[in-house]
Amino acid sequence: MKPDSEIGRGDTARPVLSVRDLTVQVATGEGGKTVLDHLSFDLQPGETLALAGESGSGKSMTALAIMGLLPRPMARITEGSILLGDQDLVGLNDKRYRDIRARRISMIFQEPMTSLNPLMTVERQLCEVLLEHRMCTRNEAPARALKLLRDLRLTDPEQRMKQYPHELSGGMRQRVMIAIALACEPEILIADEPTTALDVTVQAEILDLIRLMQKEHGTAVLMITHDMGVVAEMADRVIIMREGKPEETAPVEQIFDAPRSAYARQLLAAVPRLGHAPERSVKDSAKKLVEVDDLSVRFNVTGGIFNRTVARLHAVEGVSFEIRAGETLALVGESGSGKSTIGKALLGLVPWDGSVRIDGTQTRGMSRRAMRPVLRDIQMVFQDPGASLDSRMTVGEQVVEPLKVHQLASGSELTDRAEFLFQRVGLSNDMLSRYPHEFSGGQRQRVCIARALSLSPKVIVADESVSALDVSVQAQVLDLLQELQDADGLSYLFISHDMAVVDQVADRVMVLRLGQVMEEGPREAVLHDPRHHYTRRLLSAVPVPDPSRTRALLPPAPDAQSPVLALGESFQRVRLETVAGSHRVATGT
Amino acid sequence: MSDAQTLRPKSQSRFIVVISELMRRPRAAFGMAVIMVMVFGAVFAPLIMPHDPFEQSFDGLDLMGGPLPPGGDYLLGTDLLGRDLASRLILGTRTSLIIGLVANGIAVILGASVGIAAGFFGGWTAAILMRFTDLMMAFPALLLAIVLAAIFQPSLMIVALVIAMVNWVQMSRVIYTETRSLAEREFIQVQRAIGSSSLRILGKHLLPHLLSSIVVFGTLGISTTVLLEATLSFLGVGVQPPMPSWGNIIFENQTYFSTAPWLVFIPGLLIVLLALAFNLVGDALRDILDPTLKGRHG
Repeated sequence: MKPDSEIGRGDTARPVLSVRDLTVQVATGEGGKTVLDHLSFDLQPGETLALAGESGSGKSMTALAIMGLLPRPMARITEGSILLGDQDLVGLNDKRYRDIRARRISMIFQEPMTSLNPLMTVERQLCEVLLEHRMCTRNEAPARALKLLRDLRLTDPEQRMKQYPHELSGGMRQRVMIAIALACEPEILIADEPTTALDVTVQAEILDLIRLMQKEHGTAVLMITHDMGVVAEMADRVIIMREGKPEETAPVEQIFDAPRSAYARQLLAAVPRLGHAPERSVKDSAKKLVEVDDLSVRFNVTGGIFNRTVARLHAVEGVSFEIRAGETLALVGESGSGKSTIGKALLGLVPWDGSVRIDGTQTRGMSRRAMRPVLRDIQMVFQDPGASLDSRMTVGEQVVEPLKVHQLASGSELTDRAEFLFQRVGLSNDMLSRYPHEFSGGQRQRVCIARALSLSPKVIVADESVSALDVSVQAQVLDLLQELQDADGLSYLFISHDMAVVDQVADRVMVLRLGQVMEEGPREAVLHDPRHHYTRRLLSAVPVPDPSRTRALLPPAPDAQSPVLALGESFQRVRLETVAGSHRVATGT
Repeated sequence: MSDAQTLRPKSQSRFIVVISELMRRPRAAFGMAVIMVMVFGAVFAPLIMPHDPFEQSFDGLDLMGGPLPPGGDYLLGTDLLGRDLASRLILGTRTSLIIGLVANGIAVILGASVGIAAGFFGGWTAAILMRFTDLMMAFPALLLAIVLAAIFQPSLMIVALVIAMVNWVQMSRVIYTETRSLAEREFIQVQRAIGSSSLRILGKHLLPHLLSSIVVFGTLGISTTVLLEATLSFLGVGVQPPMPSWGNIIFENQTYFSTAPWLVFIPGLLIVLLALAFNLVGDALRDILDPTLKGRHG
């Protein structure tokens, strides 16, 4: 590898951070395993350097090593140096490190809920950082905290100061986290997947904010992400990492226009892009497999000493759709839009009102026992393949468990079925007797798909089924789903927050917001000619993996009706108006 | 390859696998050995007792009428009435093992069942079961035991039942909380989506995950139950004298602790050893039964 300075931007300024030959080893049962292998880079003042790569590439390890937060005694730095100015951080003791953290290098994490203390108000958490690093006196602290919140464009900063983390939305929490990180005006901000847990629109706002803060304070940002769209939007330079080794280091334009390493090319090819989706054949004549009419799901909110119902959460209100054989309907929307709830209602996993017909059978009011034969026609694949497999059972047993439950096979037939299913999803038969933890994320999701296929269903509800996977694995799983559809004429209800993925797989798209349909229609119409402002907002927030395109600043979100209503109140429904053909848009919002 | 066994982790009998795994771990093997020796002692007590445990021998007292220290004719010394301590301890193993295993076993099964049922079904079932558990918790355990033991004719089995009745509540609390969080997990949701019956979800998917807590909590309960039996014996509602148990040997002699310490220390040591042995085996069992921990034992 060439030294960084040759391919940098030619800045003559001294780097604020200079990492040389950083090597980190993790202790395992079989001895030390190198998770970071001779990584070198320079971070210039005011620039954004992105560390991009898939899971296991060592990008988070780099951040932890710089912060001196490697999990001890499991992981340790075996070689190399981390120079902050003239000071080498490797081997620095805890006390000295504390002076550096927050003051000179700050870090924000992926999950803002878990990195804030749930028992302390925003004000106390901000003041704590300020006082700990002696940035001001005790009397000045509240005023400085308030100013920080104001700088980060939080609405109602005075009120936010008195609130606890659980009272804030995900985006607000991440803003508070950034406020805490920037409280001591550090030279370097390390952002470890800062927007991965957030909705796209919130992600766009947070990215805008980080850029703005960087411009105002001249902070150098080390951005750690798996999302090439975020890389394109934020980075000046990029290091593509793979299995602990830097594969390619280059300015962002070069990475996207002319990647030199094979791996970078492969990674970029796997990234789904809006508007680059393959054509899909029209299946209008096929039979209707799922017919949903006026579906509503409401959860009771209880309170008081006697746990009486005091209010109602309208998770889904008056949603109607149908899915034909061999067709994919995509549900898109932000968190809380009710898209997963609709999927669960189809399988009878949540109580619902309205009408749902699965292959002609009305399932309203069915008990779990009565639902059983229906479940042979409709199955579900969940988001997190690790959590949806039982860690104490071999994958082989789990794949054929539905057959046992429905008493469709027994004895040696089960093994034959398991082998057949494993072949279909591209896993080898000698893996059948292994446990889930011995598989990678992508393989686990294949196991889950095999399990869903075991009953030979006609419809599969895929609830964010590829969201937790790396892009290259995601592409493979999407291909698998497409193959299965082509071979068996499976129908999918594809639930996702990722517009680019939806563009790849869907025949028709429904955009949901707070439990109601905002826009629905053929994929081309909804995604390429959006009529509703909410759809447009969602689409414009998607980061584009192309550094030459700059995304316009997102307009502020319009206010919406709260989905939690008191018992007597009636929910104000939107009306859908036909634009053209089956393309329909909500009016009055 | 065409039999159903290939889906299972190993084709050998599960039981043999677990036992051989246990024997490979030194600490677990030690625990097993201790338990085996005690079971052996309890079963063959009449054959290995050096003296009659009930005989109040004149030779068993010194010139001042005090008990004899360990050594000499009486290996572990004698008690205040001149009875051979070693023989009484061997016979007492029967009582203590039965109390430790039966009483604790009933408490574990009852507590775990109530906890799982309340945690899994929730709603009214949980409200009724858990409020009843709270009620039992609030009630002074010893008083309840005395009342129950006084109503029924004191016998070993009644004592075991009484102890079980006051000891299941903690277990049910722990298991209830854990079941509730497990029931929310995605792999249980998947089972509902597949159409599994509640019984299948409980037995095949919840129970294996709860097993480690049950085993750990269950082994911890053994020493508590052995001591509770001693308390009851001391109060006259437990095992009736002159029948020995480790607990009542301690209680009979605790006032002479400074002059005859062996009378308290040796049975105390045995109780600790029993609890420790079960704990070691329980710990190892938990690791062996969890496939994600395979090959990580130190």
